[in-house]
Amino acid sequence: MKKKLSVLLIAVLAFSLTLAGCGGGGGGSQEDENVIKIGAVMPTTGAVATFGQSSLDAVKLAFDQINEAGGVLGGKKLEVINEDNQSKGEETGAAFRKLIEQEKVVAILGSTTSGDSLIGAPIAQEAKIPMLTPTSTAPAVTEFGDYVFRACFLDNYQAEAMAIFAIEELGAKTAAVIVQSDNDYSVGLGKFFVAKFKELGGQIVAEEGYLQEEIDYSAILTNVKSANPDVVYLPSYYDTVGPLLRQAKDAGLDATFLGCDGWDSSEFFSLAQGAEEGGYFSNHYSPAADSELVQNFLSAYESRYGKTPDALAALSYDAAYIMAQAIDEAGSTDPAAIRDALANIEFTGVSGTITFDENRNPIKPIWVNMVKDGKYEVAKIIEP
Amino acid sequence: MTLGQQILQQLINGISLGSVYALIALGYTMVYGIIRLINFAHGEVFMIGAFVGYFIITLFKLPFILALIFAMIFCALLGIFMERLAYKPLRDAPRIAALMTAVGLSIFFQNLMVYLKWIGASPKAFPRVIEITRFEVIENVYLTSDKILTLGVALVLMLALQYVVHKTKMGKAMRAVSQDKDAAQLMGINVDSTISFTFALGSALAAAGGILYAVSYGKIIYNMGTMPGLKAFVSAVLGGIGSIPGAVAGGMLLGITENAVSAAGMSMLRDAVAFAILILILLIKPTGIFGKNTREKV
Repeated sequence: MKKKLSVLLIAVLAFSLTLAGCGGGGGGSQEDENVIKIGAVMPTTGAVATFGQSSLDAVKLAFDQINEAGGVLGGKKLEVINEDNQSKGEETGAAFRKLIEQEKVVAILGSTTSGDSLIGAPIAQEAKIPMLTPTSTAPAVTEFGDYVFRACFLDNYQAEAMAIFAIEELGAKTAAVIVQSDNDYSVGLGKFFVAKFKELGGQIVAEEGYLQEEIDYSAILTNVKSANPDVVYLPSYYDTVGPLLRQAKDAGLDATFLGCDGWDSSEFFSLAQGAEEGGYFSNHYSPAADSELVQNFLSAYESRYGKTPDALAALSYDAAYIMAQAIDEAGSTDPAAIRDALANIEFTGVSGTITFDENRNPIKPIWVNMVKDGKYEVAKIIEP
Repeated sequence: MTLGQQILQQLINGISLGSVYALIALGYTMVYGIIRLINFAHGEVFMIGAFVGYFIITLFKLPFILALIFAMIFCALLGIFMERLAYKPLRDAPRIAALMTAVGLSIFFQNLMVYLKWIGASPKAFPRVIEITRFEVIENVYLTSDKILTLGVALVLMLALQYVVHKTKMGKAMRAVSQDKDAAQLMGINVDSTISFTFALGSALAAAGGILYAVSYGKIIYNMGTMPGLKAFVSAVLGGIGSIPGAVAGGMLLGITENAVSAAGMSMLRDAVAFAILILILLIKPTGIFGKNTREKV
């Protein structure tokens, strides 16, 4: 029995070695003057596989569209080479190195989560390969140096935008905030919202917290209800906000609910079970926007992948187009020239018009979506 | 809302949560009482019960009460299966071996759920089984229909358990085995089937707890059994492990304590403060509220 097992093990090992060899060799031999290789580090397996998959799908869609329309630099084709990092630290570092050293990519799109981008950014910076993360919101990501850019807004912008929206558009005077205490993203958004809301003259009447695995929110909801706020800010992901909204409605909490980009998921509606109606949340784009760009993106993505693109897809789609435009404007595939073009770019995509500030963070609008009849509506576009 | 109204509302919230803890704690305490095993896979039985209920309601469109009964039967069988397969061979092994097996089973069940394509790792919304209506008990204090359902079902099940344990032959056998396994066997009691029956009973109650939990809070996920399982275990210890009324009292006390901590504005420290209070109680009364002072048998 033991002998059989070890034979099997050796066979598996040998097989995987062959595969690895193939991957390396195949990548190196395909040198084609007319193909520009752009790397991507997006986790298509692992814990956040859906994030990585919808990001990569959007990049492929964008590149195919660009190539069909004649490519860049007068006829050269863009090719994306994705290294699946499984959203694991050790894989991420290897993925960035492989793309830069073996695949010789001219630029990198990714990574998807902030944690992964924090690992990849110093590697790209050191190799002086421009890196554009579509979706990593942690402020530290772009602080590694002048080769690291991002296409999404930072967390403080969206929290502050919702505070402004609550006061100016909804006429709110009092607010309650319920954060997921064991999630930095949620706690951070809550803090920014509270600070801005107070600064604008509003009053925070309740601040509550819960943990990811907790599901009985009745106690905190009773507290919030007795504080009687005009609006309740729920900055967390759909998996906890959904049930939280449902329980809030059951408890008879009559306030307007506000949220963040973490709400954006098809699962959100089924978890909230109708309680999401009338809620507002900040996002990177809106599928309800009537711009031609957005509607073309929606129909192309839907017909190719059979699902509505989420915000990650929209941002990755924009990031791919930004990169293409930067290469065109650079006039070459020299990484330093691409970097300079990125820094000075003015780009209009599905998430709005984007320029980069001196810290390579985007200056772009924030979309406030309203949930109405089980769909999103654009409630307000908050310009930077 | 006055302070009194708030306290009453939080008490209702606490009792509702506590009744679910109590249902799970009953399984822990009965199994411990009969074979001195902390069945750490019990939280997963709770989770599986909720999933069985979910599939019966969404796929077969059966009413809540049938889903409840089916899930209880399913989990009762699962409990027997678990006992026969994993625990029975270890009955004479050192206790730590059975305990590790229980932990292993718990991890196995969680991973199995993630592995199954139609369950996976993402949360699922539990469908509404009753229309939510709110009844005003006194001014500003509400009792919702799902809480009434939870409390009602929990109460009926606890009374039924009380009847089974104290008025039936099987219950008598359970009590006998828990007092002295060997003597019970000498008296002609089939120890094996009594132990299986105890697992079935405990697992069925956990399944009911799982469904009620899902009905009240609206979400099911593969790891939903971990925290309630742990808290129910603490409830059982708090009430005096091995004691059936103790499990109910412990569950209620824990549910109410948790809500009281949140109500006092310490929602971010809810578990920490709740557990700290429990440690205090156990320091004062180590055997738990209803625990008997049993001398270690030599």
